[in-house]
Amino acid sequence: MANQIALRDTPWVRRALIGVALLFLGLFVVLPVVAVFTEAFSKGLSGYFEAITEPVTRAAIRLTLLTAAITVPLNLVFGVAAAWLIAKYRFWGKNALLTLIDLPFSVSPVISGLIFVLLLGGRGIFGPWLEAHDIKIIFAVPGIVLATTFVTFPFVAREVLPVMQDSGSDEEEQALTLGASGWRILFQVTLPKVRWGLLYGVVLCNARAMGEFGAVSVVSGHIRGETNTIPLHVEILYNEYNMAAAFSVASILTLLALGTLGAKKLIEQKGGGHG
Amino acid sequence: MKFSASKTRGVLPGFRLSLGYTVTYLSVIVLIPLAGLAVRSADLGWSGFFDAVSSERAVAAYKLTFGAAFAASAVNVVFGLVVAWVLARYEFWGKGFVDALVDLPFALPTAVAGISLTALYAENGWLGRFLEPMGIKVAFAPAGITVAMIFVGLPFVVRTVQPVLMDIDIQMEEAAATLGASRFYTVSRVILPAVIPPALTGLALAFARAVGEYGSIVFISGNMPMKTEIVPLLIVTKLEQYDYAGATALALMMLIASFVLLLFINLLQGWVRRRGGGDARAAR
Repeated sequence: MANQIALRDTPWVRRALIGVALLFLGLFVVLPVVAVFTEAFSKGLSGYFEAITEPVTRAAIRLTLLTAAITVPLNLVFGVAAAWLIAKYRFWGKNALLTLIDLPFSVSPVISGLIFVLLLGGRGIFGPWLEAHDIKIIFAVPGIVLATTFVTFPFVAREVLPVMQDSGSDEEEQALTLGASGWRILFQVTLPKVRWGLLYGVVLCNARAMGEFGAVSVVSGHIRGETNTIPLHVEILYNEYNMAAAFSVASILTLLALGTLGAKKLIEQKGGGHG
Repeated sequence: MKFSASKTRGVLPGFRLSLGYTVTYLSVIVLIPLAGLAVRSADLGWSGFFDAVSSERAVAAYKLTFGAAFAASAVNVVFGLVVAWVLARYEFWGKGFVDALVDLPFALPTAVAGISLTALYAENGWLGRFLEPMGIKVAFAPAGITVAMIFVGLPFVVRTVQPVLMDIDIQMEEAAATLGASRFYTVSRVILPAVIPPALTGLALAFARAVGEYGSIVFISGNMPMKTEIVPLLIVTKLEQYDYAGATALALMMLIASFVLLLFINLLQGWVRRRGGGDARAAR
């Protein structure tokens, strides 16, 4: 079937279009990835491993892992609750709610950081109160977690919702008739049905949480070894003209991105993935 | 209109809990912080606000940001259509891999893209060393900003157009061909009308993303005020100079711009859905 369709364009047109597409993707997608690894290994294997194991890099990796470990579960629970609410009930204001959930996607990363500085920073709305109680959020780890949570807010909800809507509520209603509690229905009926969508949402949420730069950069304060995530550490190394080290650390994030794409393909093949 | 709640809402338990949790969490993480921005800009008053958003430097940044974003999304529409067509209609070796590659700009952290593109297009980079002798300066110039914006916006048009192309009824094309239409006529009268709404949606999504982009651009742009300074960077600069009022005013302008874009995108998506196309929302 597919070949028949392809026959509609002359082989010459087909080859030209495939060539243009591959050239475009090669130039804008493949080349940057190849460049990361080439630059990363420009000082050899030992230089590479030295860069990714030095204490400040390790601290950045730890902070990034910590941030993702807090952010992803928070947005996972929210994503399931929001998807359940929207997929299972009819209520007034549902479309408005959907738009609000998508909101963080249309806010510039810089603004996503700025709003927390304006709210919780030293000169922010709650700044004096926080200072009086000796709570430091901005230019500290909690601020990084908050900004990351904002930026990755819609991911799980957005991936789980369509899958939950498609799967319908028949099985849930049968379980209810058989006397199952709401929690039991959620954990034993609904979540198994949407597991691939859920996993995909978590994978995307995690990738963004670990890779976010703009929002985190605004709230972090850039304290080496303390409030630097992996992407911020890349920036510092780069600005110090320590290119090989910057690209070595960047290669960790590149591997994360490639792993994310691999996971996406795998989830799609398992048949449940959305998008 | 009053209905008994349980019958119209649905029979499953948990409505109050999931509604309460969703709204509370949404308010704490998203709505209250965004409202804070509006409150802070109200402190400025009209004249303060106007001064902050209409300074010469700000206007130069708008022109650059929106101009480069438009150029980048135009490039993405043209090449995105080609990529979507190739992926939807042809079979070739490695197609699955190429299809996965399209999403890379979504997955690759922007800072990584930024330093990598800068290395490629710098004077001594793999591409820069050929371009600079020809007089084409990309890194540390507006062209570099456009290149970074093309990168971050690349998947949008492909992912909005591709499902629509796959859904087009092949019989329509066959019918057109049987009735003696030339290939060009079939493409322009059958395929193009179906592809325009999702292509516009993809364009708007790519544009919105490009306008707000920061991470990949700060490295390649050179960040010279009036010349290669984008609006998000100007916001950060103001913040670093403790000019909170100025940063807030600019942020509010950007936020309004993105809400207008969001509204436009929603209208476009309604249009796509009415035409029976794919779910463009999935593309983000």
